[in-house]
Amino acid sequence: MIVKVLLFASAKQLVGESHIELGLDDEATLGSAKASLIEHYPMLMNLLPKCTFSVDQEYAEDARPLYHGCEVACIPPVSGG
Amino acid sequence: MIDDYKCTDETISIAITLEAIDTEAMLRFVNSDKSGATVLFMGTTRRLTGERETTRLDYECYETMAIKKMREILDEARSKWAFEKASMAHRTGTVDVGQTSVAIAVSAAHRKVAFEAAEWLIDTLKQVVPIWKQECWADGSREWVHPGFHKT
Repeated sequence: MIVKVLLFASAKQLVGESHIELGLDDEATLGSAKASLIEHYPMLMNLLPKCTFSVDQEYAEDARPLYHGCEVACIPPVSGG
Repeated sequence: MIDDYKCTDETISIAITLEAIDTEAMLRFVNSDKSGATVLFMGTTRRLTGERETTRLDYECYETMAIKKMREILDEARSKWAFEKASMAHRTGTVDVGQTSVAIAVSAAHRKVAFEAAEWLIDTLKQVVPIWKQECWADGSREWVHPGFHKT
């Protein structure tokens, strides 16, 4: 499957893109997407453990199964207000 | 890119905007003959953090999720406090010193509910809504603000 991963703030700055596409196994979970993200974008190594992730605009845990075309977002610690 | 994201019903209004926040319109929205108290909170860009000088803040927002989360925290506030109406707005893009980046207006029958709900709403917005600020310092450097994460 292919999933879209949105990148914001420092994550976007480190990668140099506002979104990327990841090719994953059909059984992939959010956790495996994160592992693939670090493998392809090692510059995210330090930031990623501090990030939360969402799937289809809802915060999600590593065990969340993904599906082809879903919208994943990497959410560094937020600072609105 | 869509300029403005909005979500409005009779008692709740939410907006994410590139334009200046219209707090007068927010106060008109929350006005109600059932309310005896209205609280307006505004967050503004501060010039000094310690001795460092800020020239502006650049905000970035995951708009579709931010609107969803703002809606959720307003619904949660509604389950905690019997306020009449509430309006919440956040800027995205550049916010110069002195300008308003976020505003929350709450009306209620009595002031205690309006104060408590408004304080909880801004505290919770800052924790869960996917919006980020980048400090643009007077010395020309820039820095994303990520509480709890310090680059080494």
